[in-house]
Amino acid sequence: MIPLESVLLLAGILFALSVAGIFLNRKNAILLLMCIELMLLAVNFNFLAFARQLGDLDGQIFVFFIMTVAAAEAAIGLAILVLVFRKHNSINVEELDAMKG
Amino acid sequence: MSIPEILFYAFAAVLVVAAVGVITARNPVHAVLFLVLTFFNSTVLWLLLQAEFLAIVLALVYVGAVMVLFLFVVMMLDVNIAQVREGFTRYAPLGILIAVLVVFEIGSVVWVKHLGRAPEAAAVASTAAGYSNTQALGELLYTKYLYPFELAAVLLLLAIVAAIVLTMRPRVGHKVQDIGQQVSVRAKDRVRIVKMNSEKES
Repeated sequence: MIPLESVLLLAGILFALSVAGIFLNRKNAILLLMCIELMLLAVNFNFLAFARQLGDLDGQIFVFFIMTVAAAEAAIGLAILVLVFRKHNSINVEELDAMKG
Repeated sequence: MSIPEILFYAFAAVLVVAAVGVITARNPVHAVLFLVLTFFNSTVLWLLLQAEFLAIVLALVYVGAVMVLFLFVVMMLDVNIAQVREGFTRYAPLGILIAVLVVFEIGSVVWVKHLGRAPEAAAVASTAAGYSNTQALGELLYTKYLYPFELAAVLLLLAIVAAIVLTMRPRVGHKVQDIGQQVSVRAKDRVRIVKMNSEKES
């Protein structure tokens, strides 16, 4: 049986890599979205590991809903990205300063 | 070490390498393809974690739909790679530092838990003969989690509508019905009634 610690550590490494990816690619909006997908995957690993460890299927149900929300988020995020590209002809996040935030 | 464990570590190694590829690839298309590899490896790992239904859903929904959508958008947008790549090396030390820090923190917490953990929980019921992960998930989803399930369906509908509304642009010369104008039309605007005497056929 695969030990719980290995799965948790793998999820931690995956999450850390996606956080590093957000720092490295902080200009490319598409890569930012992809890093968010990776983060959600890492979280899903935790849920599945504990669902198996505790013999409780509720964790798998949670993963199901996380995947639903992630799919919706990806669709709307990419739609917004296409709109931004159409308007500014660029997906550089640093150029999106119209709101002076 | 049993065969599932060997498989787990092998696929986990490929998963981590692919994730590194996602965040360091120079070309966004390569990054998307690395992400596809990541999801495929996750599918195998989820099968090893006894989540068969979700593993298949990950392959079908993520690799089949979401990643194809990503690839489609990446190829459709003419991204200036050199411009979005600038600042990569400047932020690299900070990114690596934070990644190492997060791994160290999570690893230390897992390690401490490992030292003081109670013996393994009772064997998971899912190993019984004739057990179906899909059936068990379905039974839970349609009873205990029925309302969240329906909310998820509404959320997906909302996402469809939002994506279509956001990306639809009005075309010039596009003919549409104006329902309000149609309803408010009166007969006298359209039909002119002329008074005249009836004529006899000669």
